[in-house]
Amino acid sequence: MGSAAAEMGNEAASVGVHHPTASDSAIVVEDLAKSYGAVEAVKGISFTVRRGTTTALLGGNGAGKTTTLSMLLGVLTPTAGRITVLGEPMPAHRHRVLPRMNFTSPYVDLPKRLTVRENLAVFADLYGLRRPRERIAAVAADCDLDDLLTRPYGSLSAGQRTRVSLAKAVLNEPDVLLLDEPTASLDPDIGDRMRTYLERYQRRSGCTMLLASHHMGEVERMCDDVIMLREGRVVDQGSPRALIARYGRETMEEVFLDIARGRVGERVPGSAAEETTA
Amino acid sequence: MSPAGIVGPASAGRGDASAVAAVERHAGAAASLLRVRAMLRRHGYLILKSWTRIVSMMYYPTVTMVVWAFLTLYLAPTNNFLRDAPGFFIGAVLLWDVLFRGQLGVSLTFIEELYARNLGNLFVSPLTLPEYIAGQLAMSVLRALIGVGGACLFAFLLFRYSIFSLGLPLIAFFANLLVFGWAIGLAMSGVILRLGLGAEEFAWAAIFILAPVSGVYYPVAVLPTWLQAVAWAIPSSHVFEGMRGALLQGVFRWDHFWTAAALNAGYLALGAAAFAWAMRYARDHGTLLQMGE
Repeated sequence: MGSAAAEMGNEAASVGVHHPTASDSAIVVEDLAKSYGAVEAVKGISFTVRRGTTTALLGGNGAGKTTTLSMLLGVLTPTAGRITVLGEPMPAHRHRVLPRMNFTSPYVDLPKRLTVRENLAVFADLYGLRRPRERIAAVAADCDLDDLLTRPYGSLSAGQRTRVSLAKAVLNEPDVLLLDEPTASLDPDIGDRMRTYLERYQRRSGCTMLLASHHMGEVERMCDDVIMLREGRVVDQGSPRALIARYGRETMEEVFLDIARGRVGERVPGSAAEETTA
Repeated sequence: MSPAGIVGPASAGRGDASAVAAVERHAGAAASLLRVRAMLRRHGYLILKSWTRIVSMMYYPTVTMVVWAFLTLYLAPTNNFLRDAPGFFIGAVLLWDVLFRGQLGVSLTFIEELYARNLGNLFVSPLTLPEYIAGQLAMSVLRALIGVGGACLFAFLLFRYSIFSLGLPLIAFFANLLVFGWAIGLAMSGVILRLGLGAEEFAWAAIFILAPVSGVYYPVAVLPTWLQAVAWAIPSSHVFEGMRGALLQGVFRWDHFWTAAALNAGYLALGAAAFAWAMRYARDHGTLLQMGE
């Protein structure tokens, strides 16, 4: 559990947050910090993500979400702290873990002149897949890309590109999938289909997902746990239902605004949390 | 995405680990080779299906070769040196381009990733830095073969000059120039990774500072003494001295070959170290996911 959350008196047990052990945690983060010179982007955060669950990493712009995801992926070196993914220390053993991880992010793209099939073939090789053709056919069917396989990636619409990125992200059937704003720029229909796919994919594979999102409906729908970041610290965490109850709100959107605007720890009179702790 | 296409039964239990190992993966050396192949495929697709790219790779070396060939035709009747070695300038310009293409092949392979904003995808995959570099070097060979190979073909078709008349020493010259190009290309990739795409021009221009001291068209002996010391510290000057030995005296200068090879080993290590340092800097400063156009 995050130390900041503990300091703020948010006893996890009272809101039903699971206390994970090392064996049932896919991701363990302890006192993780990242500074760029004098700027502290992440300030000693700690949290765990249980295997087979979906956890949201929430916070406003600059809260430290992407920095945290980058450190989990091994592309950003922490200033301090420890990360363990699937039992391996990161980034020290990243090459043992990365074959079992994948991610999508709006900060990266795929080569535009390569066709969708060529892009997936490259990543099938990068992840060392046996029988890549069969796997590409399977993810293309899953993500409804059959008609797009021979088209250059650069000729696709934003929604189509997002589906290709998702296909790339599940190509190696990862045990840990990090999703940085996976449905940003998607229309509600495509966004909903993508969420449905991810939910079913997780149920089938047992994959652990860590999701950074600004879409609170998505978080309420998909996530078992939520970690709230503000200015590089974990300021609260719990299940969406528990957070909504604790803040006496109707939606995660309202909880997000409370936390983003610094109303952390304030209890709304008459809320479920008040009643529970009274 | 159609709901009908979604994999697996929706009723499967959350955290059902029995389904996880459905995708089989290679491991060890086989996986490593596949990752190098991935880099070759990624850039091979780009080059081999684009005739415009292939033409542009051959264009500069061919045009330069044609200029020097006509200069040779103009001077040869009145110049004993060119009468004795009519292919001298053409051979020199073709070999110089091996160095240029070798360096560009490495640098451009890297720059392509920045333009595509694909660097983040690559380095969150299991791809290691040595595997990535191996892919860069292999692409450099392909680019050099296409670019210089095209110019060599035109040299034969237009001027009946065959670079292969140099015989077996050609392999030694080619290899040494290519490796020196790799070293510079890796160092330039590191510079771009450190400074951003604004430093792209360095990748194109870096090699030209070496041209005056490489003795491509004239012996190192014509340089001022202090500059000769610089010249002998770079492998390309030894290669071109070796080329002159092969063309004019018909001898293979082993001394120059081994000196060039030894210098190349050092420069290649330095180039790779510069790139590795820049990669560490990028991991420290969070630029791997953000670099791009």
